[in-house]
Amino acid sequence: MIINHPLLGPRDSAEFTYLGDARLIDRPDWQSQTAARDFYEYGYLRENPAGWHEELWFHEAGDRSWLVVTRNTVTHEISKVEMARDVARKRGRST
Amino acid sequence: MRYSGLRVIKEALTGHKGWQPAWRDPEPQAAYDIVIIGGGGHGLATAYYLAKEFGQKRIAVLEKGWIGGGNVGRNTTIIRSNYLLDGNEPFYEFSLKLWEGLEQDFNYNAMISQRGILNLIHSDAQRDAFTRRGNAMILNGADAEMLSTEQIKARYPFLNTDDARFPIKGGLAQHRGGTVRHDAVAWGYARGADSHGVDIIQNCEVTGFRIANGKCTGVETTRGFIGAGKVGCAVAGSSSRLMSHAGMRLPMESHVLQAFVSEGLKPVLPGVITFGAGHFYCSQSDKGGLVFGGDIDGYNSYAQRGNLPVVEDVCEGGMAIFPSFGRARLLRMWGGIMDMSMDGSPIIDRTETEGLYFNGGWCYGGFKATPASGYCFAHLLAKDAPHPTATAYRFDRFEKGRMIDEKGMGNQPNLH
Ligand SMILES: Cc1cc2nc3c(=O)[nH]c(=O)nc-3n(C[C@H](O)[C@H](O)[C@H](O)COP(=O)(O)OP(=O)(O)OC[C@H]3O[C@@H](n4cnc5c(N)ncnc54)[C@H](O)[C@@H]3O)c2cc1C
Repeated sequence: MIINHPLLGPRDSAEFTYLGDARLIDRPDWQSQTAARDFYEYGYLRENPAGWHEELWFHEAGDRSWLVVTRNTVTHEISKVEMARDVARKRGRST
Repeated sequence: MRYSGLRVIKEALTGHKGWQPAWRDPEPQAAYDIVIIGGGGHGLATAYYLAKEFGQKRIAVLEKGWIGGGNVGRNTTIIRSNYLLDGNEPFYEFSLKLWEGLEQDFNYNAMISQRGILNLIHSDAQRDAFTRRGNAMILNGADAEMLSTEQIKARYPFLNTDDARFPIKGGLAQHRGGTVRHDAVAWGYARGADSHGVDIIQNCEVTGFRIANGKCTGVETTRGFIGAGKVGCAVAGSSSRLMSHAGMRLPMESHVLQAFVSEGLKPVLPGVITFGAGHFYCSQSDKGGLVFGGDIDGYNSYAQRGNLPVVEDVCEGGMAIFPSFGRARLLRMWGGIMDMSMDGSPIIDRTETEGLYFNGGWCYGGFKATPASGYCFAHLLAKDAPHPTATAYRFDRFEKGRMIDEKGMGNQPNLH
């Protein structure tokens, strides 16, 4: 698999480490009334779809940036690669 | 028809005209008492024990393709009960005991071969960890033996114990571990279940559940609606997809694991050997092929094929411990989709929907579990109570902090 890094261009996926579903960016509010339940769902439950999946990849053997890769889990086709930082900012998770 | 040596001779003398299909190919009925989804090892074993041990009637197994086409026919066939944790070890030892009597029990030759499994040790820390594991096994009634470097030299003279990079400092052996002909397990359970009246319905994909007032009353399938008193799901790598039809999200990711078989060789490898400094394990099939594997590919996948970096990694591990195998040619390789759970351990439990039961999260170790998984799931379905060896395999363990994490990796499915 080739991941088209937004800054570095096409890179071999073997340079990356995989973390999982990009919803891990959406860390729940620890002060919420439902925090215990929210963190359980955040930590343990996954959609795990057969098809398009937004996921976090870490360019460990490269520039050590985190990416959000939109990949099809049935065909391994990649339709979009973004810097995780930009995605987090868009969702109000980071400044 | 019972299979026996006498029968083989009789058929040989009469032109093999008396053999019958090993199971029927029935049309689905309108309703059953119990419907099992998934004609893999676990689903078929569940149906078999439900009918044979728990006296249940009107049972069907629904399989979307053909039975044995999933992981039960794709794995590397290793059976063992060398687990550490209390939630696991009694269950896997129960499974190994069932394997030991299985061929007589279901009257089918599954080529169960207790040729032993050896986990190699390459460092002092690893020896401590394996000693602890061996002791845990013995405490739970399993067999375990720590082998010294000398004993390993004597038993496996082809291993280089003095390698500069990966010296062999000993090994944890389970002599009752071994290998089984995997397809024969699916066929044996299918035939056994069928002979106890279970309908095995192939080419029948479940596409939804009919749920009313919190109760499951049947399943929608590609062959129409089938009513059910109880529904048991055992679809391994497809678990998340199937259970999403019941509005569930599972503590699971689906990942691909690859397996490899070399050309046939004369006997070179007695038993199963696992390399302790990288992820590589190997056995030799009765046909002579070296059967080996290693890590999962590491990212969510529903493609039943793997990628090349893992092929390289597995072969590097193999060359590190068995340099002589480098001259064997690789004949076949394939992948299977694994239901990797958040703590690396399975779930056999009820769901929040009445009448809907779940069995899954077997990761890459569910083949050895097949008999006990079937038995315990049948127990749960028939009695609505978990079998004593499977009480820890609950859905709520993640919320309650009672994870069964053999490798201590946390909620990272690709690391288990
Ligand atoms: C390469 C590889 C090596 C492995 N090595 C080992 C090993 O050495 N030792 C070990 O213990 N384990 C091993 N495993 C793991 C083991 O094979 C699995 O954990 C186990 O087989 C899973 O249970 P099963 O047999 O019921 O699964 P499967 O055989 O996959 O059965 C599930 C069935 O459900 C069907 N299904 C799915 N969705 C639907 C639907 N909607 N409707 C109807 N049917 C459906 C599928 O078609 C499939 O036949 C390995 C797995 C792989 C892939």
